[in-house]
Amino acid sequence: MDIRVQNLRKEFSEYPALNDVSLNIISGELIALLGPSGSGKTTLLRLIAGLETPTDGMIFFGEEDASQKSVQERHVGFVFQHYALFRHMTILENVSFGLSVRDRAIRPPKAEIKKRAMELIELVQLGGLEKRYPTQLSGGQRQRVALARALAIEPRVLLLDEPFGALDAQVRKELRKWLREIHDRTGHTTVFVTHDQEEALELADRLVVMSQGKIEQVGTPDDVYDRPNSPFVFGFIGESSALPVMVEHGELWTGGRAIGVSSAGAADGAGQLYFRPHDVELVEGEASLAGVVVASRRVGGTRRVELEVGGQQQPVEIDLPFDHPAGEKTRISFRPKRWRLFPTG
Amino acid sequence: MASDPLAAPTSLVPARNRPAPKRRVSPTTERPAVKYTLIGIAVLFMAVILLLPLLTVFTQALVKGPGVFMKAITEPDGLAAIRLTLLVAVIAVPLNLVFGVAAAWAIAKFEFHGKAFLITLIDLPFSVSPVVAGLIYVLLFGANSMLAPFLNSINLQIVFAVPGIVLATIFVTFPFIARELIPLMQDQGSGDEEAALSLGASGWQTFWRVTLPNIRWGLLYGVLLCNARAMGEFGAVSVISGHIRGVTNTMPLQIEILYNEYNFAGAFAVASLLALLALVTLIFKTILEFRFGAELAASKRH
Repeated sequence: MDIRVQNLRKEFSEYPALNDVSLNIISGELIALLGPSGSGKTTLLRLIAGLETPTDGMIFFGEEDASQKSVQERHVGFVFQHYALFRHMTILENVSFGLSVRDRAIRPPKAEIKKRAMELIELVQLGGLEKRYPTQLSGGQRQRVALARALAIEPRVLLLDEPFGALDAQVRKELRKWLREIHDRTGHTTVFVTHDQEEALELADRLVVMSQGKIEQVGTPDDVYDRPNSPFVFGFIGESSALPVMVEHGELWTGGRAIGVSSAGAADGAGQLYFRPHDVELVEGEASLAGVVVASRRVGGTRRVELEVGGQQQPVEIDLPFDHPAGEKTRISFRPKRWRLFPTG
Repeated sequence: MASDPLAAPTSLVPARNRPAPKRRVSPTTERPAVKYTLIGIAVLFMAVILLLPLLTVFTQALVKGPGVFMKAITEPDGLAAIRLTLLVAVIAVPLNLVFGVAAAWAIAKFEFHGKAFLITLIDLPFSVSPVVAGLIYVLLFGANSMLAPFLNSINLQIVFAVPGIVLATIFVTFPFIARELIPLMQDQGSGDEEAALSLGASGWQTFWRVTLPNIRWGLLYGVLLCNARAMGEFGAVSVISGHIRGVTNTMPLQIEILYNEYNFAGAFAVASLLALLALVTLIFKTILEFRFGAELAASKRH
């Protein structure tokens, strides 16, 4: 089911939570809404679900205008961060709930409901636990029950609100992989909200990066990581270092020195140079960025050092091989291999 | 070495030569003397203020033998008082159940202007003297009130009659259920309800199948407290009932009348019934707390 969001706006008592957002979600894709808290990602998800009413704008499910439809009519599967399982019902009753509350005319017979619920419990690998109550399950198991319950109504779209947010890192990783498998198997159009970029990059076909109620960038993980279109996206996705520079004579300058990076047609003036700490090469003698090591720490297989680059307040970070001999006060010259320049002012 | 408190215990000293481990006292616990004094004061207080009077009620009720006891509670006026008390409770408690759930629902699940005011309003019966509550209804519905002509025209007697007693009782016992449910429902939030709605349940189905089961123990607890107070209420009912024997006397009023007539055995007999009711309520309440303590304290076990 394609979903189209058109100029959507949502205000909570005068405060805009979502500001003129438009987005096309393609049928069958797994798309992540990514952003810091307060960026409006959960609001957007709840608007799509019909749990909130928009102040302005439209939402289409396929060709059908869903903006005025109730949450029941939209027929979506919603998975909550804190599971929201019905605590007085067994797992089987939880998963059966959506089918058992249907109008008599469209409600499957009892045996059929049970059969379908059991299939879903098997699908989420909880076979044998159907008689348990939610409190008797671990967090990861509860979230899988929540997913089975949402899938039971054969939703037109699956919406997940920080589905792994309340779980510990290990379980999170497993469930991530497992959600991908379920998605590939069932083919539901799936939208999930997360503030964890690693999760979004690994899991999603496409990412929607949001900030302050607006969409900053939409694209594949590669697009967003390699070609961020704004300082916010560059800073938010992945590791980044930023350095104020001047553009003059087709070259970038800092502290009165050319740094050996061409401006690639950028207009003269002040700008911010963004690069990834691991995307640098060490150079000797030529025009380069040079700085003095002020701190260094071991990060996985590399050593990350903080450099004070000529007269800048904010140190920049670059990665060195872990056996690089650099110590405190060592002078290091480097040049970013890949970078983006964003004009300031 | 041995004086180093951080050193690991060594096996150099044979076990039997080691000094016996001193009994450690938890640093946050009082010394025994303080502890037992405090416990003693509490027990003494409970015995004098609570236990002794309770015993007295039952011994005084039976002091002239079971015959007098039975007579006091089976004479027509006594029976009428018991019947009226039960009738009032049967009307007031279910109404407060509905009002309480509705009020708690509104406060816990919605944001609206004047919410703080509404919460204060719900607490009003707790802070207003019951006598004032009774008086309010006498002034509102009495013979000289603005509503009197209308009430007369439809032949409805409120003051000095059962409707007035029910009204006063509802007023006094209103906060019990709402107060019990508000923190519980606020704590549970509306996540479960949203989940039920998104799964296609109607509002009504959501209420019966999700909301009500979630609050059932808190609700039962509130109903118990509400019921106990409804049956025992004296002040408000006393003002509005008019003390008409066999007609508008509830059990607490009946006790007062018997007492004023120096019929102590009779007064205590009826009183013992009320006390018994309180005890049964307390036992139920304790069972509930024991069984569902975590849910009642609105803690997050889920």
